[in-house]
Parts: sequence; C-alpha cells; structure tokens
Amino acid sequence: MASFADHLPRLRRYARALTGDRHAADDLVQDTLERGWAKFSLWRPGSRLDAWLLTIMHNLFVNQYRSRPPTAESLDELYVEPSMRASQADRLEVRDIDVALAQLPPEQREVLLLVTLEEYSYAETAQLLGVPIGTVMSRLARGREKLRALLDEGTGQARLRVVK
Amino acid sequence: MNASLPPNEDELHAYVDGELETDRRAAIAAWLGDHPDAAARVADWQEQKRLLFAAYGPILAEVPPPHLEAAANRRPRASPPLGLRLAAAVGWLALGAVIGYGVKATSPAREAGLSPIAHSAAIAHVVYTPEVRHPVEVAADQEAHLVQWLSKRLGMPLRVPQLSADGFALVGGRLLPGESGPVAQFMYEDGSGKRLTLYVRADAAENRETAFRFALEGKVGVFYWLDGKLGYAISGELPREKLLNIAESAYKQLNP
Repeated sequence: MASFADHLPRLRRYARALTGDRHAADDLVQDTLERGWAKFSLWRPGSRLDAWLLTIMHNLFVNQYRSRPPTAESLDELYVEPSMRASQADRLEVRDIDVALAQLPPEQREVLLLVTLEEYSYAETAQLLGVPIGTVMSRLARGREKLRALLDEGTGQARLRVVK
Repeated sequence: MNASLPPNEDELHAYVDGELETDRRAAIAAWLGDHPDAAARVADWQEQKRLLFAAYGPILAEVPPPHLEAAANRRPRASPPLGLRLAAAVGWLALGAVIGYGVKATSPAREAGLSPIAHSAAIAHVVYTPEVRHPVEVAADQEAHLVQWLSKRLGMPLRVPQLSADGFALVGGRLLPGESGPVAQFMYEDGSGKRLTLYVRADAAENRETAFRFALEGKVGVFYWLDGKLGYAISGELPREKLLNIAESAYKQLNP
C-alpha cells in the first residue's frame, strides 16, 4: 500500500541536504508530513506523490526554514554518524560538500539537489518549484559554478584530498 | 539540430544530467575530448554529484525516528488510508463504468446488476468507519428514532439486526445518497474498535431474492444480498468466514 512512509527516507535525505542541520531537517520533514495529510485531498492520484511532498517541503522551507542558518554543532553530528561507515578521506569530502552547499543561495541549492541528488528531470524540477525551466537552468549553472569555486578554494582538508 | 555544433552551456549541464539524446551525447563527449577546459568543468560537476551522494546517500539507510514514522503513517482520522482511498476511487470508476454501460445497453439505468451495491457499500464503509468524532449521525442510544427516521427516508420499514452475539454493538446510523435515492448505513463496533457497516438501500429494480454474494474491495470484504426492493451489504475488514457468520445472523433477523 502506498503511503507517505515509502517516501520518508528520501524526504529526510533532501531535508538534511537542504537545511544542513539534522534537527531542522527532521522538523521540516514532520511539518511536510502533517501538511501533506491536511492537504491530501488535493493530491492528484496518478501523479508522483514524492514530487508532491517535495513541493510542500519546498514551500515550507521557503516560508520558514531558510532564514535559519545551520549550526556548527549540527554539522559535526553529521560526520560522526556510525551509519556513514565512511573512510577518513570520505568523511572530509562529506564535510567539504556539506559546508560548501550551505553557502549556496537557497534557490540554487534547491535546484542543484533536486537535479543532482534527487535526479529529477529539468521539467520535473521546474514544476516542483513552480518556476520556468529557464530559471532552473540558470540556477543550476550558477549553483554548480559557485560550488566548484567553493570546493576549489577549499579548506586545508580539500587540498589534502587533491594530493592524496 | 546539427550534431557537430559545439554545445552551449545548457547542453553541458544536460550532458551531466543525462537529459540528451544518444547521438547528441556522443557528439558532446567527442567535443569534450578536444576541449580540456570544458571537460574539466564537466568533470567537476560530475564530482559534485558523487560527493552529494557520498554525503547524503547514507541517510536513506537510516532508520527514521519513530515520531516521523508515526507522522508518515498518521492519516487524519476522518480519512481512510491511501490504499483504501485508491480502492474506493477504483470502486467509483467501476461503478461509473457499470452504470454507464447499463445506461447504454439497457434502459432504464436502474437495471444495474448487483455488484454496484457492493462497491457503494465498501466505499461508504471506508469513508465513515475511520471517523472518530462523527462516525454516525444518530447514535445507538436513540435507536428507535434512528430506525424511524431512516425508514421514513427510504420509504420502507427497516430493521436493525443485533450483532452482539458476534461481539459487535450498534454505534448508530446515518443517511447517505445512493444512486437513485437515500441509503441507510448502520455501524457496529466490537470491543477492540473494529467496525462493521450494514448498508441498506430500497431501490432495487424488481422484487427478487438472491443468495449471499461476496466481493472484496481492497481489504474490505462485503457480503450482499437482495430481498425484494431492499438491498443489503455488510462490510468489514474481517476474515471471510467470520463476516459470513455475521451476515447470516443479520439475514435471519431481517427475514424472520
């Protein structure tokens, strides 16, 4: 039986990447689920439930969450999770991308994550965010270039990665 | 598009994101071979993707916190779970198809066989049984009034079977719109909160009797039968045998 529960892991992943904060992320997921049930009669059967839920999450994020900066404390928590089972080098990479991502403007971060991590098509991303496809392309281009610059200029850890 | 044209910026992104036709993709791959600066940017974008999956991919394997599991599974109590809603939607579609066909093939449309009552009863069941605050319009403590009211609206004297021998007590009843007139729904509940509904309509096309028939709508089992102008359907998420026993008990009381 289809339900929101099937999409919970993806909602949590996207929220975590979007907010950079595990607590803010789970709050955002909770709000999304509650709003989703409240508005469930508006969901069109046959359309993608995951995209519909992410649209709700996007609206909540825009309205409430993006003014909250991630905290250093919460970033640390991300890296010591045993479930990650990453090597030391991988953990540094993870830290780099997370810190860099948090520095992107939210609208660029959203597009980059929807296209790259969530693997939505450009058209789906445009629909999900309620913007023209040209806007998706320009945000994607700017987001990728900014992220590239951030990772390049990097931290000491990033340089270590380059020479490893 | 000429496959040999150099790619524009959007196409380089589309290359990374797999949004290109095979031919164009191959042409751009070849072009990147001759343009190391562009190739380096594209490689960085692909590396970003790898890093994002490395950073956030493991979250998919985490066990979500219980309060989020609960929120994901928590439907508003007034509304049945998605699967049943879908089943109900399918039921309406099937009902529409039957009626539509009936209208076309035979007139009048009321010649729409037996199964519509099972569909309609199952839909009414999944709509109203999850109700916590308003499961019925008139509660069982006003049973006499309930029966009188619904009998009047349906234009037929109704009876309410007692199902306490099977562990189910009357909660009450409500009036519903049917295909061609009012329909009555009586609701029962057992000690564990499991609910049954008895759906009664008084608009059968002709006076006849039928044996019990069984239909499964999603997880909801429905036993239904016709008795003169009255059609009955008992719906519940119970094992078929148990539901049959209850239906027989109801039938005996309704046809003493």
